[in-house]
Amino acid sequence: MKPHLLSAADLTHDDALLVLDTAEELARLADRPIKKLPTLRGRTVVNLFFEDSTRTRISFEAAAKRLSADVINFTAKGSSVSKGESLKDTALTLEAMGADAVVVRHHASGAPHRLAHSGWIRGAVVNAGDGTHEHPTQALLDAFTMRRRLNAGPGDHQATVGTDLAGRRVTIVGDVLHSRVARSNVLLLRTLGAEVTLVAPPTLLPVGVDVWPCATSYDLDGELAKSDVVMMLRVQRERMGDAYFPSAREYSRRYGLDGRRMTMLPDHAIVMHPGPMNRGMEIAAEVADSARSTIVEQVTNGVSVRMAVLHLLLSGDPAAHEATA
Amino acid sequence: MTPALRGPRGIGSAASDFVGIYVLKGARILGAAATDLLVEDGVIADIGQAGRRISRAGAELVDADGLVVLPGLVDLHTHLREPGREDAETVETGTAAAALGGFTAVHAMANTDPVADTAGVVEQVWRLGREAGHCDVRPVGAVTVGLAGTQLAELGAMADSAARVRVFSDDGSCVSDAALMRRALEYVKAFGGVVAQHAQEPRLTEGAQMNEGELSGVLGLKGWPAVAEEAIIARDVLLTAHVGSRLHVCHVSSAGSVEILRWAKAKGWNVTAEVTPHHLLLTDELATTYDPLFKVNPPLRTSDDVEALRAGLADGTIDAVATDHAPHSHEDKDCEWDAAAMGMLGLETALSVVQEAMVETGLLDWAGVADRMSTRPARIGSLESHGRPLEVGATANLVLVDPAARRTIDPFALASRSRNTPFAGATLPGSVVATFLRGRPTVLDGKLQ
Repeated sequence: MKPHLLSAADLTHDDALLVLDTAEELARLADRPIKKLPTLRGRTVVNLFFEDSTRTRISFEAAAKRLSADVINFTAKGSSVSKGESLKDTALTLEAMGADAVVVRHHASGAPHRLAHSGWIRGAVVNAGDGTHEHPTQALLDAFTMRRRLNAGPGDHQATVGTDLAGRRVTIVGDVLHSRVARSNVLLLRTLGAEVTLVAPPTLLPVGVDVWPCATSYDLDGELAKSDVVMMLRVQRERMGDAYFPSAREYSRRYGLDGRRMTMLPDHAIVMHPGPMNRGMEIAAEVADSARSTIVEQVTNGVSVRMAVLHLLLSGDPAAHEATA
Repeated sequence: MTPALRGPRGIGSAASDFVGIYVLKGARILGAAATDLLVEDGVIADIGQAGRRISRAGAELVDADGLVVLPGLVDLHTHLREPGREDAETVETGTAAAALGGFTAVHAMANTDPVADTAGVVEQVWRLGREAGHCDVRPVGAVTVGLAGTQLAELGAMADSAARVRVFSDDGSCVSDAALMRRALEYVKAFGGVVAQHAQEPRLTEGAQMNEGELSGVLGLKGWPAVAEEAIIARDVLLTAHVGSRLHVCHVSSAGSVEILRWAKAKGWNVTAEVTPHHLLLTDELATTYDPLFKVNPPLRTSDDVEALRAGLADGTIDAVATDHAPHSHEDKDCEWDAAAMGMLGLETALSVVQEAMVETGLLDWAGVADRMSTRPARIGSLESHGRPLEVGATANLVLVDPAARRTIDPFALASRSRNTPFAGATLPGSVVATFLRGRPTVLDGKLQ
C-alpha cells in the first residue's frame, strides 16, 4: 500500500481486498468483551477536522482507540483558521507533536494531498473527506457493507473474505457534482469489479463524467430493476438557489427513492446512504427504515474499516517492514 | 515636469545625457547573418554591411558572437503591485525583472491598491518607473472606478496626465456589463485609447478554480469553463464593430477564443489579442499536483488549447505575447489550492518560453518573435519609440539574446520580489545577455546594470 490514503485510486485490487479482509478480521473484536488491540500502542493519531463532521471524527477516534493509539482531536473550524496559511501552521504544530498519522477533513479539495506532499509533515495522511474531491474510507466501508450483504448468507461474514464485487451493479443517485463519496466509490468499486451507474439530473453530473469508469443515466426508474445496490447521496436544499433543480419537490419526484421505486428493486438489492439523510427528499422514511437499508450497518462498518486503514498504514505487515528497513 | 526628476535615466533625456557608446560585435539582427551594430547617443548609429566591421574610438565592445538582436520587448500586461502590495513586488523590482527578461517597456496593470483609476495614481506609477529606470513603465488605467464595473473612471484625465495612458483595463475583473463596455469602447475613441478586456463571464466562473473539463471533475475543483471567456470575446468583438472602436483581448486561453478572434479579424474589425507564455506551454494536467503555483486566471487549459494558441500566435490571429506577470507573496501560494491567489511570474522567463514553444517548434522565426513581443504590442500600446525596425537612426531599444543557452530556472535567483514561477526547476532555452534602453544598457552580461 502507498504510505498515505488520499484517493480511492491509491488502492490496487490487492490493497483494497487487504483492507476489507483486515477489517473483517478486526470486526470480530467487536464481539469480544474487551474490544481493544495493542497494535498501535504508543503511536499518535491526530484527527484534524477543518469541517464539522461529528460522525466521521467519532468513527476514526473509535478506530484509533480500539487499536490503543493515542488520539488527539483537533477541530479547526471557524474564521480564524479558514485561511489557507493555517493548514501549514497547523501541520507544523502536529509534526512538532510527533503525529504518526493525520486524519484530515478539509473543505478544500486537495488539502490532504498538500499535507502529504508539501514536506510539512512526515506522518501518514488519511483523507477523511476533502471538498468535493474524495472520501476514500467512506468508499471502503461501503464496499465492505456491500460485500457482507451480497457475498454471503446472513451472519456468515467469514465467507466474504477474499471476495470482491465483480459483476455487481451499483447505482449511485444524486448530487454527484458535489459528492466526494461518489468519486471515491466510482474509483474503488471499479477496482473491485463492480459496474457503477451514476443517476442524476444533468446539472448535477460533472463535466467530463463521460470519461469516468462508469455509466450515467438521467432516468432512475430505468436503472432500478437491474441494481444490486442503490446508493442515495445527500442533496442539499441550498442547491436549489443555484438552479441545479427547480424545487425540492421536483427533485424528490424524479430522483428520490420512495416506496414505489423500492418495489422495482430485485429482492436481494440493498439501499445505502452515507448520511446524514434528508428524509423525504432523496429517500423516503419507509425506505430508510426498511430491511433493505444498510444505513446503520454502514456506521458500524466504518469503525472496522478505519481500524484496518490505520493498522495497515501505521504498523504494516512484517514483510513490508523488512523491505523498507 | 519636476526638474529634480530629470536624470540620466529619465524619459526623453537620452539625447542630452551621455549614455555610452557600444559596438555589438557579430550580432545577428532578427537572427540574420552576423554583423556589427553601433549604438551611440541613444540610437542605432550604424549597422555593418556585408562583413564590414565597425570600429569606433571610445566605444565599449560587446561580444555578441552568436547572439540574436531583437527590438526591446514590450509587455502589454504586467502587475507591478505598487502601490499596495509592495510585499509581492515593487515598480523597482518588477522593472528590474523586466529588463533582465529583455523588456524595454511594460504596461503596469491597474489593479493596485489604490486602484489606478485616477490621474494621480497613474502618474505615481509612471514616476516610480522613471525613477527606477530599468524600463519604460506605461500605466494602464482602470476602465471603471475601483474596478467595480459600475461607473466609468475618468479615462480622459488619465489620458491627458503625464502618464499619457492609452490602454484601459479592469484586468482581474471583467467589464461584464454590456452597456458599460459599449460606452468605454466609444469613449476611448476620443483620445486613441484601447480597452483591454479581461474576458470572464462572472456568473459562469463563481468560485472557479481550474479549467472545467475532465480533470476538474476528477479533482473536485470548481470549473472555469472556456465558454465564459469565449462568450465575452464574442460579445465584445461585436460591440467593437458596432461602435467602430478598438478592442484588445487580454490573456486568450482557449481554442474557441482563437476561432472567434480569427473570425472578427477576417471581418476587418479592429481587434487585437494577447496570449501569455504559460498558456503556450503548460496544461491543466499540472493541477493534479494541487500545487497552487499552477493556479492562474484564466486557468491552464488542455493540450488542444495550447496547440490552437500556438497556431493563432503563429498566423497572427493573436497579435502579442504578454506575460501577465503576477507576483504573489509566499503565504498566498504556500497553502491549499482553493485558498491560494491566482497568478504566475512571467517577465524573466517569457522569452525563453516563447523560444521553447514557438521558435524551437518552427512556428515562428526570430523576426516573428520580434513582431509578437515588440512591434505589435508597442503599436497596441501606442508606444512611439519601442518596437521600431532595427535600422540606422532608430532609438536603441534592443535586447541581445543567446538562443543556444540553456538555463534551469531558480526562483530564488529571480529579480522579482516574489517566487511564484511555474517553471521552477525547469530547463528552458535562451538567455538575455543584454538589454539597451535608449542606448543605455539596463542589462549587460546577463546582469542588471
